[in-house]
Amino acid sequence: MDFIPNILFAIALIIGGGYFAKNVKSLIRNIKLGRDQEIKDNKSERWKNTINIALGQSKMVKRPIAGFLHIVVYVGFIIINIEVLEIIIDGLFGTHRIGLSILPVSVYGFLIASFEILAVGVLVSVIAFWIRRNIIKLKRFLSAEMKGWPKSDGNIILYFEVVLMCLFLIMNATDSSFQALDSGNVISQFIAPLFSGLSEATLHVVERTAWWLHILGILVFLNYLYFSKHLHILLAFPNVYYGKLTPQGQFTNNEAVTKEVKLMMDPTADPFAAPAEADANAVPEKFGASDVQDLSWLNLLNAYTCTECGRCTSECPANQTGKKLSPRKIMMDTRDRLTEVGNNIDANKGTFVPDGKQLLNDYITKEELWACTSCNACVEACPVSIDPLNIIMEMRRYLVMEESAAPTELNYMMSNIENNGAPWPYNQQDRLNWAQEN
Amino acid sequence: MSEQLKVPTMAEFMAEGKQPEILFWVGSAGSYDDRAKKITKAFVKLLHEAKVDFAVLGTEESATGDIAKRVGNEFLFQMQAVMNIEILNGYGIKRIVTCDPHSFNCIKNEYPGLGGTYDVIHHTQYIKELFETGRLTLKEDKFKGKRITFHDPCYLGRANKEYDAPRDVLGKTSATLTEMKRHKSTALCCGAGGGQMFKEPEPGTMDINVLRTEDALKTNPDIIATGCPYCNTMMTDGVKYKEKEGSIVVKDVAEIIAEGL
Repeated sequence: MDFIPNILFAIALIIGGGYFAKNVKSLIRNIKLGRDQEIKDNKSERWKNTINIALGQSKMVKRPIAGFLHIVVYVGFIIINIEVLEIIIDGLFGTHRIGLSILPVSVYGFLIASFEILAVGVLVSVIAFWIRRNIIKLKRFLSAEMKGWPKSDGNIILYFEVVLMCLFLIMNATDSSFQALDSGNVISQFIAPLFSGLSEATLHVVERTAWWLHILGILVFLNYLYFSKHLHILLAFPNVYYGKLTPQGQFTNNEAVTKEVKLMMDPTADPFAAPAEADANAVPEKFGASDVQDLSWLNLLNAYTCTECGRCTSECPANQTGKKLSPRKIMMDTRDRLTEVGNNIDANKGTFVPDGKQLLNDYITKEELWACTSCNACVEACPVSIDPLNIIMEMRRYLVMEESAAPTELNYMMSNIENNGAPWPYNQQDRLNWAQEN
Repeated sequence: MSEQLKVPTMAEFMAEGKQPEILFWVGSAGSYDDRAKKITKAFVKLLHEAKVDFAVLGTEESATGDIAKRVGNEFLFQMQAVMNIEILNGYGIKRIVTCDPHSFNCIKNEYPGLGGTYDVIHHTQYIKELFETGRLTLKEDKFKGKRITFHDPCYLGRANKEYDAPRDVLGKTSATLTEMKRHKSTALCCGAGGGQMFKEPEPGTMDINVLRTEDALKTNPDIIATGCPYCNTMMTDGVKYKEKEGSIVVKDVAEIIAEGL
């Protein structure tokens, strides 16, 4: 009956991995609900960005304290996961610390020692993060959009990490054969005395429990990602890779509009010509975005990547002066609506059944959209190349071109441009008058 | 400036069968706004001083469509762009300079996709070039002992990553350049962009230009330097709101240089 734990382990792994795979599938399906946008250019620059910004965390350290703490957790997360490989092999084959039979004791000891040191680093950083969120109450974690679930979500992730790190250290501390090696137990040797009163058998039970809870905890955490803001640990990489490379000030020219404008300006075009190959069922392309399906897949990837750090919002001039606009909320709303649309599709056997809701108004209000100065501070601030401004602009395009719902003053400004080629009501023939004025 | 400025148009150049070195894109603000017109004239004075063979489109120039685009009216933007491109291409324009970072960004980045590709530069970049090629030198030192702080326009700075040209140009004066706490990539917007210049702000606790003016006041400046006609208006209003117009002036980089010629 010795193999029962191995079977249980394999089952846990299959359930955990399988459910995660299912979630990843939904995630990709949801992202693909967005409009096509071909991004195949500048591969080398894209890889360079991925290495610098995502892997190298170059934008995280613009805020040194949070940046440093984040790097500790990030490095810890990646390096300590090497240990998970050993746990999986041990779990499946009933071995114990397989690494020891492959590597020299000194190398194995060095690895575990670095894991233990990083684990303490992660613990300290995570506690600091918790204090920043709950005790110091940094302003950017207190915005309106951070009330309720987003706040709990942030804390749950921190608790997860504390528990996982503690279990890892306890697992090492109560492993008497590992402690006897006296190699790599740089931290756990100080925890071991806490358990010195226990019998060998009890110690073994504690060690096994910590071991099992550690790996089960990792599997649960892996599956928690999809339901939380924490997907950035995976999506930051593709998100940075596909991030905008053109100057921040360059907004896309809408191709559907270009077609119409070219037709209007073409002196040879026949205004009474029947539209070519008219498809009676074709839905005319919507200008701009009123719901998530009108946004590009990159906008939607952006939304899932956002981890709600709020650097964008804290740099936003509108937000700093008390307006309702918060670039972080734009991203969270887009993600929440996308999740809702995804659930709708799941519940209706693969097709979206209109639910009388949309991203515009039900999530993001006009007041927020019109408060934007298009200054790009949010885009500049994002450590993982998210572009909230692009979503704001797509939604403004919908408001103006589909609904003619711009604020009155802007309508005056636009009709001035239409009539006399300037945003003010001055005659175009007076455009050079300044040269004659003294 | 009492003497009348000589401002040649492209039509005149065309009639003489000549091409100017550079086209000066005046922009709507620079053409019609009373405060911005002073910047336009200062820049023209500077162009004359450097003996630059320049032209303007004059009455053939129309709004770039930039503001229309930022507020979501892609139709109006593209209509304006296509009309302007037709004129610019018709004259065979190669190089464009403008005092407006919004026109600069729009023509430089958004016109190429619609058939208008030019070498577009901001006037601070051009003034820097004129200094470097020795065509422009400061004769008078009017800014000795003055403190100048430069406010980065979003569409020159973050949008196009040009932070140095205006600072290099201001460095030609003997003024002391001070930096606001948030500058270059973290500079706060003046509050005019994205169409805000033309509408009332949404309800909030304060106006953006006042917040940005407070940033500037902390550097204890004599002059707040700008490189954008809209920033100039916003900062001027901010200084008035703070009742500092007696001791602090808001000037464009071109005006500061023109004063020393």
